[in-house]
Amino acid sequence: MSIDTRPAAPQRTSSVPRRMRSVPRPRRGTGNPVAGIGSLIWLVIVLVPLYTLLSSSLMHQDEALNGDPLAFPTDPTLDNYTTVLDSGFLSLLGNTAVVAVATVVLVLVLSVPVAYVAVRTRSRLSSLAFRTFLLGVAIPAQAVIVPLYLLIGKMGLYDSLWAIILPTAAFAMPVAVLVLSGTMRDVSEEMYEAMALDGASPLRMLWQLAVPLSKGGISTVAIFSALQAWNGFLFPLILTQSEENRVLTLGLFTFMTQFGVNIPAVLAAIVLSVVPIFAVYLVARRALVDGLMGVGGK
Amino acid sequence: MSVHTPHAERGGDRKAAVGSVGRPPVGWAVPGILFFALFAIVPLAIAVYLSFTTWDGLDSPALTGLDNWTRLFKDSEFGQAAWLTLLLTTISWAFQTPVALLLGVWAAGRQRSRAVLSAVFFIPLLLSTTAIAVLFHALLDPNFGVVKEIGPWIGVDPNVMGSSTGALLVVAFVGGWQFMPFHTLIYQGGARQIPEVLYQAASIDGAGMIRQFFHITLPQLRHTMTTSSVLMIVGSLTYFDTVLIMTKGGPGTDTTILPYLMYRTGFQTYDLGYAAAIATALVVVATGLSLLLVRFSGFGSMRSTREGM
Repeated sequence: MSIDTRPAAPQRTSSVPRRMRSVPRPRRGTGNPVAGIGSLIWLVIVLVPLYTLLSSSLMHQDEALNGDPLAFPTDPTLDNYTTVLDSGFLSLLGNTAVVAVATVVLVLVLSVPVAYVAVRTRSRLSSLAFRTFLLGVAIPAQAVIVPLYLLIGKMGLYDSLWAIILPTAAFAMPVAVLVLSGTMRDVSEEMYEAMALDGASPLRMLWQLAVPLSKGGISTVAIFSALQAWNGFLFPLILTQSEENRVLTLGLFTFMTQFGVNIPAVLAAIVLSVVPIFAVYLVARRALVDGLMGVGGK
Repeated sequence: MSVHTPHAERGGDRKAAVGSVGRPPVGWAVPGILFFALFAIVPLAIAVYLSFTTWDGLDSPALTGLDNWTRLFKDSEFGQAAWLTLLLTTISWAFQTPVALLLGVWAAGRQRSRAVLSAVFFIPLLLSTTAIAVLFHALLDPNFGVVKEIGPWIGVDPNVMGSSTGALLVVAFVGGWQFMPFHTLIYQGGARQIPEVLYQAASIDGAGMIRQFFHITLPQLRHTMTTSSVLMIVGSLTYFDTVLIMTKGGPGTDTTILPYLMYRTGFQTYDLGYAAAIATALVVVATGLSLLLVRFSGFGSMRSTREGM
């Protein structure tokens, strides 16, 4: 990157710096018409399907099938939601919640020590472990699903919620370790040294220094692991079978065939499956967005 | 600080002494590493092993040497699936990169309106791939979906899922609809880290907005672009969910991408040995592409975007 500003700068120093100071963030994209129009177009592309999702889920079946799907429902009804709730939705929700919570706990309990060791020690073993996790980001779940089917079967876990939880947690770990070691690295060496002089054990340093100061990273990891567990499809599809162990994503897929042309009911099921995630988004938007934005800066 | 080796320098010695106090034992990382290895690394090795066997999922896998691999290279269905995977990945990359780049740079501005729109753009990322596929399956139903109303306006045939090209484009579009916010955020984060002074210097030199974009924004975002592209390539494998739900690999086999071919071979015809061979090929291709990208973009050598400043 080399932009030569030297020839121009001296003549204009009198006027330019003051203007720059008064406008703190000038230039960046301000009034860029192409991006502005583009973003409006994208807004429409995002909103039309979402609007149809909501409005059609409130329609009677014949209106959804014969009327204008873009119109507002003439006689809004919650019947579709009742249909979904009567079709075992709550059991799907319960299973998914168990899977999500267990995944988050497992990921945090296993990843925090790995990240802490990676940041606080300089042995070759720990850097090797760190590199392994780095590489792990690129392992697609599809690639290992056949062996996992074998492995889970041999462990006697086929068609249980554990069959979903264990691989989901493992595949959430690489990103968790990367994010956690990123935030833990920001804890300054002086603070560790100060605690060491007080005779603190490594465990106390982890618990009273590293963990409290990486709350941001920990909540990002928790939310992402939960999201991954909530939205996962491949592991439940291959590793479970019975209705009692069915999770939401698989349930939606089943509804699609079961309800057939009762499209409003299918859409209502989608809406219901998103509500919990949406609630989390409203509460924890910052942690979610900042975590993702950090990916581009590293 | 009691023992001095003859060659130890003073500084390094002191550092080691202070540094060794309160370091956690490396053993703490062992449970996490073992767990990850058991469910991610070991299966990768087993996949390679299974690719040399024949296995129906019931009996034990039986070694058959290179049979699966010779079959793979002669299998026209595998060839088609590999081609479709490459095509789909390229189409999605070409669709998502420019849009995410523009939206991301635009959203990097701190205006309130942009923050609000960004929050709306984020919503698709909250839905599962499954929910989105089921949603678009309903929207694109040629008889009952929105597509019969809106389609004609924007030049989309209501029966778009019935044509080979249409179905593939729809899969790419649906994937983009879901993951655009993710890549937008990555670019937004990258754009916010570009030093303001570069833009100030450029505008003093009289560079207009377009030149600033091509000579500052774009080069400064090259690491971001690599990150985003690698994630897109790895992520294009998740189109499996979309394909399974929306097209079942059809019409015919015209959206049968590698992950779907693997699924069909492994879990519908229970030819798990051959499915493992397809899976192994998939990993090799995905990792290879990612490494190539990292190498050619200079990301691996960690060349700084701050060079020359």
